[in-house]
Amino acid sequence: MSPLIETKGLTVRYGRTIVLDDVDLRIDRDEIVTIVGPNGSGKSTLLRALLGGVRAAGGQILRAPGLRLGYVPQRLSLDPTLPLTVARFLGLPRRVRSGDIHAALEAAGLADVASRQMADLSGGQFQRVLLARAILEDPDLLILDEATAGLDQRGAAAFYRRIEEVRAATGCAVLMVSHDLHVVMSASDRVICLNGHVCCEGTPEVVAEAPVYRALFGEGTQGALALYRHRHDHRHDHDTSHTRAAEAAQ
Amino acid sequence: MNLDDFMLRATLAAIGTGLAAAPLGCFVVWRRMAYFGDAVAHAAILGVALSLALSLPVFAGALIVALVMAMAVTMLSGRGYAMDTLLGVMAHSALAFGLVAVSFLANVRIDLMAYLFGDILAVSRGDLGVIWVGAAVVLALVGWRWSALLTATLNPDLARAAGIEPRREQLVLTLALALVVAVAIKVVGVLLITAMLIIPAATARPFSRTPEAMAVIASCLAMLAAWTGLEVSYAADTPTGPTIVCVIAALFCLSTAVAGLRGAFAAGRRQP
Repeated sequence: MSPLIETKGLTVRYGRTIVLDDVDLRIDRDEIVTIVGPNGSGKSTLLRALLGGVRAAGGQILRAPGLRLGYVPQRLSLDPTLPLTVARFLGLPRRVRSGDIHAALEAAGLADVASRQMADLSGGQFQRVLLARAILEDPDLLILDEATAGLDQRGAAAFYRRIEEVRAATGCAVLMVSHDLHVVMSASDRVICLNGHVCCEGTPEVVAEAPVYRALFGEGTQGALALYRHRHDHRHDHDTSHTRAAEAAQ
Repeated sequence: MNLDDFMLRATLAAIGTGLAAAPLGCFVVWRRMAYFGDAVAHAAILGVALSLALSLPVFAGALIVALVMAMAVTMLSGRGYAMDTLLGVMAHSALAFGLVAVSFLANVRIDLMAYLFGDILAVSRGDLGVIWVGAAVVLALVGWRWSALLTATLNPDLARAAGIEPRREQLVLTLALALVVAVAIKVVGVLLITAMLIIPAATARPFSRTPEAMAVIASCLAMLAAWTGLEVSYAADTPTGPTIVCVIAALFCLSTAVAGLRGAFAAGRRQP
């Protein structure tokens, strides 16, 4: 099967700094792929390159012909001078029928907020409106950049559950970048660990056990990996917020 | 319609300028390009000097130099200097060089005020044609690219995902801005053009729920201010360009006050 999008030896430089070095990435239909990596590892640059906003210093980016992308940015800095209703935002850049707007809002798990101002939404509602807009593009590939950065763990877990539902309903592939390692990895088919180059990739379990991954995210530090393994290796009886979030994610 | 009447020509010139400037001004406000507009407008005085020296139409000279200025700022941005520093350097250098350049042309020194603050009562039939064609081109450009411009304004990556190239939209905006500057020189002069862009948009903001509503309201306010300013300046014998800007400024104060009162009233109803 031909991939939706593929990079071959992608290299990106900012000035003399090499941000991405010889990155091979391939995303097929219907899979959920997560990119993890420390700060400054080039995650956001890679996403921007896939969207076409970064000039590659080497390698190439191949898109399936007619590929439709849905993009959920990390945040939208909405200037207070710009009045914008949810319905108008969802109709950008292409006008959509109001029936489709309501369907997309429903798919994103929002009650009727179509006539509200974007600036009046809560953080969680705002992210879901961004998701609804991406769904309206009828994407083959949904790209999310730290989409849950402003949400608490419960909210993040609910958001990822919503994305799995969207994937199930539309059959689109999903590419995510996230810091919420233990939540986001459990929702993924495949994890790519990035640190300028691809350190390792595979199923969440394989990546979590990989030495390079442990070297990046620490093991004795009780960091995200510890939580992640903790949750998967065995289950505690007492109800911590982490296990609640994890159960919500499953 | 009798275009021999200078007041009618002035009215049409002012309305045309206001109509073109207001919707574009919304983008200038949303994208925080006020200073950018200033830099481009100030550069136009250099264009005026060049066109007088080379016996070119003032419109063409102003348009070309405004465009060059806009391109230069766009290309230099993000190369070491903060945008406002860069614009401060460019805007005032362009104005200073323009004023010095004009001083070399001994025979036009008396005309300087006309280009700095506008000379709307001297608008000829030819000027009127240029203004309305320019305004129509700006309106068509902004209308054609409206949704793409709006998407690129919200988030460049969001635009790219939808197949819109943000740099191209930036170019469209730059071109429209240079056109408005060239068109508005005769009406309000280079020093007050930014006011025609920004104040109607800012005045319309509290009463708008969508971007389109804001553009339409801003256009109506700009036309109202143009007409009122002209009448006031005729009755009170004041300089026309600055009078038009004074009227828009007064409308802005009124709008801000009404919005403030409305907000206070709504808050009062929530907490009796």
